[in-house]
Amino acid sequence: MPGTSRWSDTTGWLRSWLAVISQAAILPAGAGASSARGKAATARPPAESAARFRDIILPHLDAAHNLARFLSGDATAAEDIVQEAYLRAFRAFGEFRGGSSKAWILTIVRNCHLNWRAEQRRRSNVEPLEGLPFTDDLSPEDSGIAERADLPRDEITPETILVQRMEADEVRLVLAGLPEAFRETLVLRELECLSYREISDVTSIPIGTVMSRLARARAIFATAWRQRLDAGKKPR
Amino acid sequence: MTGSCAEWDLLLHGYADGELDAANALRLEQHLRECAGCSAELRRIQALKQAIAQDQVPWPASPALRERVTAALAREASLRTSSPATAKSPLLSRLFDYARRWSLVPSMAVLAAGVFLMLARPETGMSLQDELVASHVRSMLANHLTDVETSDQHTVKPWFNGKIDFSPPVVDLANRGFPLVGGRVDYIGGRVVAALIYRRNGHVINVFIWPSMTASNATTEREGYNLINWTQAELSFWLVSDLNAVELKEFREDFAEAAPK
Repeated sequence: MPGTSRWSDTTGWLRSWLAVISQAAILPAGAGASSARGKAATARPPAESAARFRDIILPHLDAAHNLARFLSGDATAAEDIVQEAYLRAFRAFGEFRGGSSKAWILTIVRNCHLNWRAEQRRRSNVEPLEGLPFTDDLSPEDSGIAERADLPRDEITPETILVQRMEADEVRLVLAGLPEAFRETLVLRELECLSYREISDVTSIPIGTVMSRLARARAIFATAWRQRLDAGKKPR
Repeated sequence: MTGSCAEWDLLLHGYADGELDAANALRLEQHLRECAGCSAELRRIQALKQAIAQDQVPWPASPALRERVTAALAREASLRTSSPATAKSPLLSRLFDYARRWSLVPSMAVLAAGVFLMLARPETGMSLQDELVASHVRSMLANHLTDVETSDQHTVKPWFNGKIDFSPPVVDLANRGFPLVGGRVDYIGGRVVAALIYRRNGHVINVFIWPSMTASNATTEREGYNLINWTQAELSFWLVSDLNAVELKEFREDFAEAAPK
């Protein structure tokens, strides 16, 4: 039937354009500026481009996995997210304009995670806990977290933390319990050693917000850690 | 750390992260010598950083994942060097070739439009003005008018240090009937800007400030808000308020008079 095949061609065409558009949403902002040149380069990346990708993007695989793992909290999903991110990065490598290659790939990982999270939500059809827009980092009054974070500072002395040396597993657990925006900022700063500028690029939030978010993330981490210590002391 | 040291809090984190410029670092070191509270806070931040950044905390990629990604990339690379249209129907491949061949044209058009809009700012900077109004409205909706709330200009001005890369003039206009409410860091036109907040009887005036080399001057109205723009001492100023145009103009003159020329 010629009519049906024409129709399926059209829907296929539509679908591929949707894929192109969603691909654009994944890539770091600013990559589009050189897209005219980038398209020509990515259409058929020469062998040296693939080699260059191996040299400068592949070494960040551990960082990519670390971020995906902490963001998703799921071992299997993290690996899928990393593979997806690397494929997309490879296809868009012509649009990489230099600068921090680590920040570039981590931006893509972060966006792939957001896609995965949205997909999860669509499937489960359940009102998500973290789905509310995150806007409260500069006005702590209106979030419940703030109350915990703003405990008297004196109770969390440097000594408490130095004496009670944290096990790495415990640190992972405490990190996993933080709200996503704070967890993300801490992972990028403390584990991936990104500069404020790079964190701002990866998360597309202003540097001022990065600074205040980091300060609050540390306060919340310290409080959560202290609560763990207190809970540990109690007989079970 | 006592309450009066709140302004040092972010600087302490910036210092521990090695992100402060020399001037701020020096200022902070001086303060640390005098303030036991802030010194203890700095040690706490450093201990926390050390604890989190332990070797075993990050999740490295497993060898299996490394293999999987390398294989996927190799597959992708070979797919691209061979004919890309083999698996597609003739119509689809023709559409794709067509799109690829002509994608340069719309890209260049968008680029040209972008350059034009950037050059034509602020006289025809529609999006910039919309952004300013949106930021003004947002600042009131979220009850997030100020990051630093005080009527004291000497508290607001140092607060901006280390948050933005320029020094906005903070002037006291209380005796002219425009009390200072506080300051905020905002994000306009792709850059971090300073926002000062003044009040006039129940009306809020947002003053957005950022460095600008090109002189501009404009008075407009958008969605019921009045906007006034001018440049002074290589800074661009934008007033946004629901205050009437006459009083806002009065504010502009008072502010320009009191700020450094």
